[in-house]
Amino acid sequence: MILFKDVTKRFPGGYEAIRGLDMSVDKGEMVFVTGHSGAGKSTLLRLIACIERPTSGQVIINGQNTSRVGRSRIPAYRRQIGMVFQDHKLLYDRPVFDNVALPLIIAGFGHREAGRRVRAALDQVGLLKKEKQRPETLSTGEQQRVGIARAIVSRPRLLIADEPTGNLDPDLSFEVMRIFRRFNEVGVTVLIASHDLSLIDRLGCRQIPLENGRLQVPKEDTAVDDYIADADTISGPEKWL
Amino acid sequence: MAVTRNAEATKAAKKTGPVTAWLTRHASTAVGSLGRLVRQPAASLMTILVIAITLALPASLHLVIKNAEVISGGWEGALDFSLYLKPGTSLKQAQALANIIGKRADIESVRLITADDALREFKAASGFGDALDHLTSNPLPHTLLVRPSSRSTDGSISLLREELGNLPETDVVQIDTEWVQRFHAILDILQRAGVMAAALLGIAVIVIIGNTIRLDIQNRREEIEVTKLIGASNAFIRRPFLYSGLWYGLGGGLLALALVSYGLSALEVPVGRLAGLYGNSYQLISLSLKESASIPAIGMFLGLAGSWTAATRHMRRIEPR
Ligand SMILES: Nc1ncnc2c1ncn2[C@@H]1O[C@H](COP(=O)(O)OP(=O)(O)O)[C@@H](O)[C@H]1O
Ligand SMILES: [Mg+2]
Repeated sequence: MILFKDVTKRFPGGYEAIRGLDMSVDKGEMVFVTGHSGAGKSTLLRLIACIERPTSGQVIINGQNTSRVGRSRIPAYRRQIGMVFQDHKLLYDRPVFDNVALPLIIAGFGHREAGRRVRAALDQVGLLKKEKQRPETLSTGEQQRVGIARAIVSRPRLLIADEPTGNLDPDLSFEVMRIFRRFNEVGVTVLIASHDLSLIDRLGCRQIPLENGRLQVPKEDTAVDDYIADADTISGPEKWL
Repeated sequence: MAVTRNAEATKAAKKTGPVTAWLTRHASTAVGSLGRLVRQPAASLMTILVIAITLALPASLHLVIKNAEVISGGWEGALDFSLYLKPGTSLKQAQALANIIGKRADIESVRLITADDALREFKAASGFGDALDHLTSNPLPHTLLVRPSSRSTDGSISLLREELGNLPETDVVQIDTEWVQRFHAILDILQRAGVMAAALLGIAVIVIIGNTIRLDIQNRREEIEVTKLIGASNAFIRRPFLYSGLWYGLGGGLLALALVSYGLSALEVPVGRLAGLYGNSYQLISLSLKESASIPAIGMFLGLAGSWTAATRHMRRIEPR
């Protein structure tokens, strides 16, 4: 589903946020990108969402090389990925329902079908009763769940989340992670950037530890090494189609 | 994946029919844009008022020219000319001449203004009455006001003028209609100037609406960024702004129509009074149905043009960070 081949991202100032990164995530996996602040987690996710383009190397998502996605095709490309942000990025001038419906409206769904799907998504994050409320009347945790509902309402196969629990207390964080887990259980590939190590340990998912834009050299865990070896043997993007 | 999703959307659209779905989508965007304008009435009204004034200016100029053309069209028939008789001509001779000429088939009527009448009229009109009392003799000649028959052509009239000018009693033939031609030349210039002014004001409307939309886009920058992140195309994001432009244009056009109609009705009484002074009655010509419809239509077109340029230019620059 996600394949990074020797990816480097150098910003205009010359700073390299990602350096020669090789990594991959299989279809149906739930994986955490971990690392200190500034390690390059957000940049990695932004490369996946085509918000940034790699300076060199290849980012291949679901068989599509992001370098070859033209400007005019970016919207269609982004519509196949569900995105959750630390600051929710909700639209505060409209009720919860409209926020969640937005991806469906963009995709051209009719009102009835959109309404059905929005309610299903709100039900899945436990906010069915709050569809008429404005986002600012909700707690941070609820707002984050609205963001998740919006990300999954169009049933993407890939869900990426940048520090989705960054502003939440441990209980709420665990609740949000359980929601992600449930989507993962029905086949959605989930990639979450987080530095909340104790929480990740509780969930027992694979980690991609970053350090200064590179894969962190593992101490005792060899799983990551195996993974890199795995990725190296891949001949082309066909496997990911 | 993209294919599956599009297929799903198409399937959803098929249930209601793609055209209906498309219409519903546009209708809801249009209503949404209108709602946004209504929710900030002061700002919207201000913009609409400026547009209305800008549209009303060329429309009223057009009306002024149109009315002037109709009024001066009535003067075209004013082909009367004056025959000033030689100073020595007696009143009797003048009366005889008037009789003879008046019988001609190519002349509708002849009116004699005697030298005495002319002096009396001049005294009354000029205000030199007392000074003129000291004159020992009347310096003014007898005059014949000749109105050619309504069947005359330009050619026959000039022939007639020549013939009457050659009469032994005639001193000078004076044509009174040159100023009508001058007036037409002025109208023509005004008309051209009006077209230029209309073009400039049209550009002004585009700029006004473009600027309003630009500010609107700046205020909604975050929203646009988020929507782009979710996968909205430039066209999708631009659509509500285009409808805003359309609404501004329509509102401005309708208000311009109201302003022009109001102005026209306010002028009706004084124009009637003026026409009365000339012994006429004149009904001001107002905008035809087609012209009335074209003002809001032009407004909408300019609104669309303004919002299109602004939205297309500024939309591209807003990319999610
Ligand atoms: N647009 C940018 N221009 C320059 N440097 C940037 C930009 N975005 C991120 N960086 C730098 O790249 C590094 C990695 O950032 P980021 O991916 O946000 O890290 P993380 O999300 O792990 O905290 C940071 O040092 C940051 O300052
Ligand atoms: Mg970050």
